[in-house]
Amino acid sequence: MWIYEKKLERPIRIDRPDLRMAKFLITQYGGPDGELSAALRYLNQRYTMPDKRAQALLTDIGTEELGHLEMIATMVYNLVKDATPEQMKLAGLGAQFAEHNHALFYTDANGNPWTASYIQAKGDPITDLVEDIAAEEKARSTYQNLIQLTDDQGLIDTLKFLREREVVHSQRFREALYLVRADQNKLVNQQENQQSREIFQDTSFTPTEILE
Amino acid sequence: MEKANKMMYRLQELQFAALELILFLDTHPYDQHIQHQISQIENQITLLIPKVEKYYGPLTYDDFARENPLRWIEEPWPWEIANY
Repeated sequence: MWIYEKKLERPIRIDRPDLRMAKFLITQYGGPDGELSAALRYLNQRYTMPDKRAQALLTDIGTEELGHLEMIATMVYNLVKDATPEQMKLAGLGAQFAEHNHALFYTDANGNPWTASYIQAKGDPITDLVEDIAAEEKARSTYQNLIQLTDDQGLIDTLKFLREREVVHSQRFREALYLVRADQNKLVNQQENQQSREIFQDTSFTPTEILE
Repeated sequence: MEKANKMMYRLQELQFAALELILFLDTHPYDQHIQHQISQIENQITLLIPKVEKYYGPLTYDDFARENPLRWIEEPWPWEIANY
């Protein structure tokens, strides 16, 4: 269950329309390392995540990513909303206008539609958490690239905020990975201790047999 | 309106701070210092929300929204930001 809050996570300032930047920004909406991929990846991995803390983290970070999705949508929508078809054509958004008019759509910067093959769920906590850390780093790199594509200070401020969030999420997922690993090691150690206890308490073995 | 903007910004700051600490608590659930910080921030948020809603309309569909259903619909949505 989710509750909608009628506000953005962070205020967004748009000073002027910028169709070219909108064409690049859309990749964080529906691209491989975008916010839709992030939210759906984490919220979907929760169900088979054995560690309670990692379950909580996937829920809370997945929810924040939905908020970021709304921030990206707000930027793209406002950068494009007043453009004429002619202006969109000149900015390389002619195909976008043909398919969607001024509507937003989940695509990457080249117009490729979002696909579930961008994300993964393996049902193995180590595998899934490593994927999540990698996803955060890829999103961070994408934000870094986007920052280099604009000189608009309002956009840069928002993109820097979102880049910083990826760093924090990556850090939290690294901690979750550490916790899961520590638990698994503890389990392995317990099993090994149990095995050695069984061997040493079993009087039918002679000491030579144990050493072998 | 500037006063309202400032209050909204303050609310966003506080809620962001709370979210950041909640994520931290997910992997450090026994950190009492952070638990204490969150409860302090949550208290400030609880006091601020009614003030912000007076200007911006309901933020969530809560009691205030049920008393003011028109404002939930008519006040601008987050993507309808005032700009150029």
